[in-house]
Amino acid sequence: MSAWFKSWQSAVILAAALMMVSAPLPAVAVQPDEVLADTALEERARDISAGLRCVVCRNESIDQSNAEIARDLRLLVRERLVAGDSDDDVMRYIVERYGEYVLMRPTMTGSNILLWLAPLALILAGGGLSLAYIRRRAGAQAPAEAALSPEEEARLQAILKE
Amino acid sequence: MTTELGHFALILAFMVSIFQMIVPLVGAHRGNSAWMAVADPAAATQFFLTAFSFAVLTWAFVTSDFSLNLVTANSHTDKPMLYKITGVWGNHEGSLLLWVLILTLFGACASWFGGNLPPTLRARVLAVQSSVAAAFFAFILFTSNPFTRLAVPPMNGQDLNPLLQDPGLAFHPPFLYLGYVGLSMAFSFAVAALIEGRVDAAWGRWVRPWTLAAWLFLTIGIGLGSWWAYYELGWGGFWFWDPVENASLMPWLIAAALLHSAIVVEKREALKSWTILLAILAFGFSLIGTFIVRSGVLTSVHAFANDPERGVFILMILCFFMGGALLLFALRAGAMEAKGVFSTISRESGLVLNNLLLAVSTFVVFIGTIWPLVIEMFTDRTVSVGPPFFNMAFTPFALAMAVAMPLGGMLAWKRAKIDRAVMQLIPALFLAIAAGLLVWAVYSGRSALAPLGIALSVWLVAGSLLDLWSRTGRGALAGRFARLWRLPRADWGKATAHAGVGLTMFGVAALTGYQLEDIRVAEPGQPYQVGAYEIELLSVEQNVQGPNYISTMAHVAVRDGQGRQIALLHPEKRIYPVAGMPTTEAGIDSGWTRDVYLALGDPQPSGGWALRTWIKPFANWIWGGTIIMALGGLLSLSDRRYRVAAGAAKAPGPPAREVPAE
Repeated sequence: MSAWFKSWQSAVILAAALMMVSAPLPAVAVQPDEVLADTALEERARDISAGLRCVVCRNESIDQSNAEIARDLRLLVRERLVAGDSDDDVMRYIVERYGEYVLMRPTMTGSNILLWLAPLALILAGGGLSLAYIRRRAGAQAPAEAALSPEEEARLQAILKE
Repeated sequence: MTTELGHFALILAFMVSIFQMIVPLVGAHRGNSAWMAVADPAAATQFFLTAFSFAVLTWAFVTSDFSLNLVTANSHTDKPMLYKITGVWGNHEGSLLLWVLILTLFGACASWFGGNLPPTLRARVLAVQSSVAAAFFAFILFTSNPFTRLAVPPMNGQDLNPLLQDPGLAFHPPFLYLGYVGLSMAFSFAVAALIEGRVDAAWGRWVRPWTLAAWLFLTIGIGLGSWWAYYELGWGGFWFWDPVENASLMPWLIAAALLHSAIVVEKREALKSWTILLAILAFGFSLIGTFIVRSGVLTSVHAFANDPERGVFILMILCFFMGGALLLFALRAGAMEAKGVFSTISRESGLVLNNLLLAVSTFVVFIGTIWPLVIEMFTDRTVSVGPPFFNMAFTPFALAMAVAMPLGGMLAWKRAKIDRAVMQLIPALFLAIAAGLLVWAVYSGRSALAPLGIALSVWLVAGSLLDLWSRTGRGALAGRFARLWRLPRADWGKATAHAGVGLTMFGVAALTGYQLEDIRVAEPGQPYQVGAYEIELLSVEQNVQGPNYISTMAHVAVRDGQGRQIALLHPEKRIYPVAGMPTTEAGIDSGWTRDVYLALGDPQPSGGWALRTWIKPFANWIWGGTIIMALGGLLSLSDRRYRVAAGAAKAPGPPAREVPAE
């Protein structure tokens, strides 16, 4: 069930429900008038935006979203960058206002450490088990090739006698 | 009237499924062959009843019968016929009916093509399969009845979600369901084998075609969904790590692990209990996927299915089947004794590594997907886990798999020499390093991940070809070519599917590493340069009338370096008045080496239009690779050993004998 519910939905449904009718169509995310003249700054703005979640849309970064609030946030990010903030400053600023929910990349703090350690822990545990299994197989004795059960043995004897 | 018949057929099918769930199981336990044999007609009956019910619902959509609640909510008389039909499964109730239809189809197929199975195993497989069906029939009838009537039918319907009115998405759910539900067969075989207390090489051979088929459908379904997202969502992304996407990726990864471990069971009688566990988990992840999508627990703003009652029902189904199967597994797995002995360096070990990487990556995706839920339950934080996490956590596994795949595939069974495999792969190694260095040198200063991805994709494709070639033995070239042609289809399937992985990887690496983007206000008649292309907005036509939408359509010329026009594209913005919803239709010029991708934005005060242009290198290779993967699965599925085994059943007399496959 891929992306069909994702993305647009919330923005679009909200837009449709609340203000549609004569309002302009939502357009494609970043608007030309938002783009900064300084390409280095703009590139940083894009990177930051891609890591910030649009709070009214599920699982969509503000860089992809058409929601009004996403546009406000994009402008805010650029404003802070132009004011001379570092990338981290901008992130902190946004998180202070909107909470850590907006971070697409969960912080490595508190219980989130478990999340970040999970891949390593899983591969180590799984790798250990796999290695143990392979070792055991390598050391195991092959069972006698298809030993016959007593009944089969008896039948074989009977057949051989005929 | 027909509607009521459809409803009635569904209730009958539910009853048959309960009957089929109990009687053959008791029969198998007591050794009563008449009771066991009941499973076959029951499976067929169940399928035909469900098919009738589905046909009735389809008919209601085709004839726009607005006395049905479901039709009213999801259809409209102006909608093109294709989308009237696909609208049947473009909603919660209808898609669940499609789900059980496919479930009963698989059950019926197991009965029709399972003639070579031992009777008790067969009875048990059909009974377990039917128990899953019974649960879903109950789910439909008690919480999601598609045949609910409206007391006062409206004059017209509310139309289908416009995003679903698209050929790519119209056929995405059926394929995905064929995959999800196909894994129920693997589950039924696993549970039946646990009840029997017996897993042998023959079991591995029976379960593998079902898994292969399910995996191949999942591959196509995921590919279609990703392709749709690429051209429909308006900015050309192909994978978003969205919970609903992850829901389909997890069963796919586990199914891939399962079809590799089933080979070890079949050929070497090892990894038995692990394979059983994988078969259970594979279907478990399908159910989790259904739960995630249908309950809306992770994506609350769904178009449909944000009904907690339904979510709880699916959760109960999930807990019952997983809990039951895992309990049975815990009790019985000890009895699955491995027979095959192999050394540390061997094909078996290679396949263990394959399973390790696939299983761990599945669980990484799983943990990342449910993490926000877990955190919300146990702490007072609300967090998001987005693409940056998944990219970081998943990519290392993908890369490790790519490194290991050609090597593992070259190792001999039982005891292998790693240096021999490496020697055979030296040409692929050189080619891969050369390609990676070349790309890295040309685009210096960018991330090293894309050149690495490209090197690995070359390694995969060349490695697959060398693998096939190495199987032709020695001697004259002509003789080797002749033998190449006569290699078992399974070998061809393996090489093809592995090469497909390489092609997809190539597309992903090239697209993510080297796409160009341009956002600007385009003034009509003023060409501008994007990469090697010249883009000119010619004109914008407003109020273009479609069958059930109104479009704003731009006409844009794309020219190459010499100023020759290579494409005339028409990016659109559509509005569907009935649903009150806009969509974008990108203008795409597809090519072997790149797509030129245009998306139209808003009109600007200056008289220009916001226009976004992307040059997306090798985009189509992503889905091309997926098709090749699926083709590999198909080739493998058509291998002689499955057909011979199936054919042998028709001959009277002794059960199917082992037929050497290679």
